[in-house]
Amino acid sequence: MKLLKRLIPWILLAFALFILPTFLSDFRINLFGRYFSLAITALAIDLIWGYTGLLSLGQGIFFALGGYGVAMYLTLNTPSEAGGNGIPKFFENYGVGQLPFFWQPFWSPAFTLIAIWVLPAIVAGLVGYLIFRNRIKGVYFSIITQAALMVFFHFFNGQQKLINGTNGLKTSTTELFGLQVGSSDMQIWLYRLTVILIPVTFLICRYFTSGRFGDALIAIRDDEQRFRFAGFNPVPFKTIVFLVAGALCGISGALYTVQSGIVSPQFMSISFSIEMVIWVAVGGRGTLVGPIIGAVLVNYLRSLVSEALPEFWLFVQGALFVFVVVLMPDGIYGWVSKGGLRSLLAAFGIAPKARTYPQIDQEGPGMEMKSPAPTDSSA
Amino acid sequence: MELFFSQILDGLSIGSVLLLTATGLAIVFGLMGVINLAHGEFMMLGAYITFVVQNLFRPMGGLVFELYFPVALVVAFFVTAIFGVVLERTLIRKLYGRPLETLLATWGVSLILIQLIRSISTSMVIGIAAALAIGFFGGQFLSKKIGDRPAFPYLNGVMWTAAVGIGLVVVNSFSSMRAIASPWFGPRNIDVTAPKWLQGSWGVIGGIQLPGLRIFIILLSAVLLLFVMWFLTKSVWGLRIRAVTQNRQMSNCLGIPTDSVDSITFGLGSGLAGVAGCAITLLGSVGPNLGAAYIVSCFMVIVLGGVGNLLGTVFASLILGIIQSVVGSGSLLTAFPGMPPAAKSVVEFFATTSMSLVLVFIFIIAFLQFRPNGMFPQKGRSVDA
Repeated sequence: MKLLKRLIPWILLAFALFILPTFLSDFRINLFGRYFSLAITALAIDLIWGYTGLLSLGQGIFFALGGYGVAMYLTLNTPSEAGGNGIPKFFENYGVGQLPFFWQPFWSPAFTLIAIWVLPAIVAGLVGYLIFRNRIKGVYFSIITQAALMVFFHFFNGQQKLINGTNGLKTSTTELFGLQVGSSDMQIWLYRLTVILIPVTFLICRYFTSGRFGDALIAIRDDEQRFRFAGFNPVPFKTIVFLVAGALCGISGALYTVQSGIVSPQFMSISFSIEMVIWVAVGGRGTLVGPIIGAVLVNYLRSLVSEALPEFWLFVQGALFVFVVVLMPDGIYGWVSKGGLRSLLAAFGIAPKARTYPQIDQEGPGMEMKSPAPTDSSA
Repeated sequence: MELFFSQILDGLSIGSVLLLTATGLAIVFGLMGVINLAHGEFMMLGAYITFVVQNLFRPMGGLVFELYFPVALVVAFFVTAIFGVVLERTLIRKLYGRPLETLLATWGVSLILIQLIRSISTSMVIGIAAALAIGFFGGQFLSKKIGDRPAFPYLNGVMWTAAVGIGLVVVNSFSSMRAIASPWFGPRNIDVTAPKWLQGSWGVIGGIQLPGLRIFIILLSAVLLLFVMWFLTKSVWGLRIRAVTQNRQMSNCLGIPTDSVDSITFGLGSGLAGVAGCAITLLGSVGPNLGAAYIVSCFMVIVLGGVGNLLGTVFASLILGIIQSVVGSGSLLTAFPGMPPAAKSVVEFFATTSMSLVLVFIFIIAFLQFRPNGMFPQKGRSVDA
């Protein structure tokens, strides 16, 4: 039983990696690849919201920055995308003759690989530091991040001559390793890459949420005032965790971009960034498994509903927000792990056997209750 | 120079719309510490109510039609206020003390409102009414039969889900009848024609035309602001609202009905948003996504002005309105033609509506580095907690 519990994540991973592609169509696999890349964003948001209590409504900034980074590299390095003077075709529409300076480093694949997570991290660190050092928190922090998102959206949306403005950058027709990015061969490799990156992200998040650093984050979430009075400065903790979340969102955005085939300023729309938060809320915040479940479930639901009844998705989404916040504040994972299923069964008269002595009763759900550690008489 | 002043006038009128919306948001935030993300959608409701009232008055024609706008203002205020009170009583009250969750829940409400305006039709109203009736009476029946059993909340939830399903079936069963299944407004923008007495110029001061619409909006928000100030400082409920804003627990101990205070404040704030929506219809066509365009500016106003402070809100909204209008239209270039080329290119770079928003945000972030609590921060020990 204990072994099974430990093996479940690995089984699921192997299932996603080897078995899922065998019976799903290319289209569905591509969709699942997108869901999994969004799960990385959900993990990042869980890091800052679930563990540190910072509700950022602006993670779309970092998501889109990562996406733009990879899209710029792909557009530059595809011969068919190049126009007359060796720079991407769309520049000709706006009469731009010279590549803007910030495009130059994206000729290099090594720079791009680093930039897709370092650039968002730098932006996040800067924005975070400027906000946190003034002790701006709670709802104030949320609305400032939302305003920042709006600003980035308008900047990217309005600058036709720099980054093709509202049209965004298309990646599906570009080439990578001699393969077209939109082709199904490439997509399956991107899917595998995404699936492998999920446990990596999970481990990164676990590294930051366990140990003394994680304790500090939870202390900030639960009572920042007291944390400060205890002699700690919360600013570096918050800045670092915000920076890490920004970097993760950048990676996630890059993966999402190559799988959806386009990056556009819509990645920075207000609604998309709030949606990211609801994935975490549905799955269960403050846990590392919950956000992955939530991101995949909500996005799958979204695909199903918008295929069947497109105009009803907003109703469903709105109801989901209200339902989760009011009735299921711990999310699905939190609800199950706090015994929600058992109390549901008990309400219908199917009560499980009460466990009076968890130490004696070794089997079953009583397992997670550890027997009390032997008390040290000297303490 | 005339162009410059007319841009300032434009900025003032946009600022006054912001002011009306942000005042409501700021009062509620000061009182309950929650930000209502559906506030922009209340504005949108106000705009659509104006549209409906206009269409109701149009057949009467003549002088009566000319008077539709004042009626629309009053109707918009009260209908959105009622919406606000309902929202507060049913949802926000449940989330008291959890401001971040309130943010998410009100965002859900705003999504529902947007889609409702887009797709509402007679058949949908029938469906919603059916679902609500089944859910409500079924709930009464259930609670009478098995209200004391532990399974009741779950069964109640199942029953509400079934009620929603039945509502959907009702809507679908009418979908072939075009007369009642076609949406009232649809996703397209709607246009409101301003009454004649608002169009054209209201006179000339120093060679500058005073456009009636803009002057009217500025006057309207000034009058409403004075009313809100009077309400907060001189009326009994205003006194109670201020008391609860300062110290909720103590007020409760002294017998102030904090529940009613919350409802009234929320209603007042929503009503002001409705009136602002009414005013926006004069500035251009409006659509279901109206709220999103204004809500972020309102947040910036609150951040800049400080919490629960009317004076700060007034200054912040007017300043932001003027910056957005003057910088965004690029009229600085025509007003000061003798600028050095470097400054000129900077001004040109920011001379679009969206780039002026960027500038405003940079300005606010820089400002917060010096005054983290806004222009007019509240003082006292309880503030920082």
